[in-house]
Amino acid sequence: MEAVHFDNVRYSYREEGGEYAVNGVTLTVREGEFVAVLGRNGSGKSTLAKLINALLEPTSGTVTVFGMDTLDEKKTFEIRKNAGMVFQNPDNQTVASIVEDDVAFGPENIGLPREEIGKRIDFALKAVGMEQFRHATPSRLSGGQKQRIAIAGVLAILPKIMILDESTAMLDPKGRREVMEVVRRLNKEQGMTVILITHFMEEALQADRAIVMHNGEVVMDGAPEEIFARSEELESYNLTLPRAAYICKKLQEAGMSVGNAFTAEELAEEICGSLQKG
Amino acid sequence: MRIVAKGLKYVYNPKSPFASTALDGVDIEIKEGEFFGIIGHTGSGKSTFVQHLNALLKVSEGYLKIGEYDLAEKKCNFLELRSKVGMVFQYPEYQLFAETVEKDVAFGLKNFRKELNEEETRAAVKEALETVGLDWNAVKDASPFELSGGQKRRVAIAGVIVTKPEILILDEPAAGLDPLGKKELMELLHSIHGGWCKTIVIVSHDMDEIAENCTRAAVFSAGKVVMEGKPSEIFSRADELLSLGLDIPVTAKCARILQSRGIKIGTDFTCDDFVKQVLALRGKGGERDDE
Ligand SMILES: Nc1ncnc2c1ncn2[C@@H]1O[C@H](COP(=O)(O)OP(=O)(O)OP(=O)(O)O)[C@@H](O)[C@H]1O
Ligand SMILES: Nc1ncnc2c1ncn2[C@@H]1O[C@H](COP(=O)(O)OP(=O)(O)OP(=O)(O)O)[C@@H](O)[C@H]1O
Ligand SMILES: [Mg+2]
Ligand SMILES: [Mg+2]
Repeated sequence: MEAVHFDNVRYSYREEGGEYAVNGVTLTVREGEFVAVLGRNGSGKSTLAKLINALLEPTSGTVTVFGMDTLDEKKTFEIRKNAGMVFQNPDNQTVASIVEDDVAFGPENIGLPREEIGKRIDFALKAVGMEQFRHATPSRLSGGQKQRIAIAGVLAILPKIMILDESTAMLDPKGRREVMEVVRRLNKEQGMTVILITHFMEEALQADRAIVMHNGEVVMDGAPEEIFARSEELESYNLTLPRAAYICKKLQEAGMSVGNAFTAEELAEEICGSLQKG
Repeated sequence: MRIVAKGLKYVYNPKSPFASTALDGVDIEIKEGEFFGIIGHTGSGKSTFVQHLNALLKVSEGYLKIGEYDLAEKKCNFLELRSKVGMVFQYPEYQLFAETVEKDVAFGLKNFRKELNEEETRAAVKEALETVGLDWNAVKDASPFELSGGQKRRVAIAGVIVTKPEILILDEPAAGLDPLGKKELMELLHSIHGGWCKTIVIVSHDMDEIAENCTRAAVFSAGKVVMEGKPSEIFSRADELLSLGLDIPVTAKCARILQSRGIKIGTDFTCDDFVKQVLALRGKGGERDDE
């Protein structure tokens, strides 16, 4: 089943057209996929995300979510219920003055029964490690705490598609690990489709598929390992290798016989192997 | 100018039901010339602390001196202090307000460098925007609010470096920058460090970034400084860091696994040094085997 489909989509922020932030994108994301979206600043990632949940309407071309056209206003509610999005800046996301009400907003909006809403709040706050902040005020939290609440707000809806727009950018390492774990678990166990926009190449490794955007176009699309094997092309799009892969490449360039590695564990394995061989 | 804090405390909304202690006696000394890193779990007080350094938050309890400026004193010349201590906020949106990018970046300059004329101001603004990797013609008349997340971040950084503060504080400045942008930001910071910018203080959740760039670092936890030292010292204490919700750099992770396999490797955890040390191991092993 196609979760998201873009058919030759263009989007311009200017009325008069021209300067497309998304420029002729044709793309299919299947249900249950975990896709990382990479690309330099201003390449069109957030615009792409906003086109999915009907916050923006394509200037030309069509976007469908589970077959529903985002231009069809009657479907907007259904689309947003299916495609939950965590924004780049959590301040744009908080709506209530108490954390639990804020997290309840989404579930209430889609008309879940009271009891279920309670369960969802518990689940979502626990997932982001913010149970003890249930009665706090979002505006009085630290940057990373606000971001966790924003993620909880979308988790609580348990949308079929979860779009995370640099949502882990300000989390501490433990928070980032935890959020990635929850998202991965929901993806594996419940088949939730995940679209993860990120500047952390390490996070992209956790996805099944990575796409790279450049000047509003999709310029690379494939398994993360495949993409990271093309380091020169990546660099031309302002991207870099995950750090372990970068170190690995340096070792290879210095003539050490190590195979490709993308994580610290793989790198250690390669180094051990190479040293033992002598 | 040296930064010295002793027993610095801060409570948000004191004497109210919402009272929350953000700083619980911070002791820290940052010498002139350092490239200082601050790490710590979410809510540990990093932003609250750095906001004291340019007096965005006033000292309510404890001691804080920057050079000769006593920030706990009411008479302290805060305006002059702010011209010497520049601050890039955690969220660039908090910093952007003017209707065009050019006006935004010029704002601080007009405040702190009144001697500059119109033309000089414009030239300085242009230079700052180009330094952070933005195209002057493309962005100067744009509204800062119509930029992508990373572009906003770059404008916010330009707005601070344009005033050439002697101490530069950056609260998670690389968040939102693309990988090349991050690398270039670090190169930019190193290039101004030691010139007009004497001291850099950077808050970050990226352990690799701290290992790679900082001379010293402090670890915050629950409003206190719980570790301080060179990155190589701090990142050798992996278990403690993990229990504080933090992490260690990729180089340190890898070194730890090698060590557990009986391969001894001493490194300061920067990429270059790590590569050098691994190659040296091979050299030794190789020579012995060949002969
Ligand atoms: N509200 C807006 N009005 C006008 N132009 C905009 C607006 N938002 C974004 N743009 C422009 O559209 C282009 C794509 O922006 P977008 O936010 O999609 O980039 P991005 O890939 O998400 O970048 P980042 O990594 O910096 O978040 C950029 O050139 C940007 O300046
Ligand atoms: N405006 C505020 N009003 C009340 N409490 C606040 C406010 N800002 C922060 N706090 C609280 O003060 C403590 C320290 O927050 P601070 O923003 O300094 O943390 P931080 O270390 O910068 O975290 P992060 O990594 O998430 O940015 C937190 O417990 C937070 O909830
Ligand atoms: Mg974006
Ligand atoms: Mg902070």
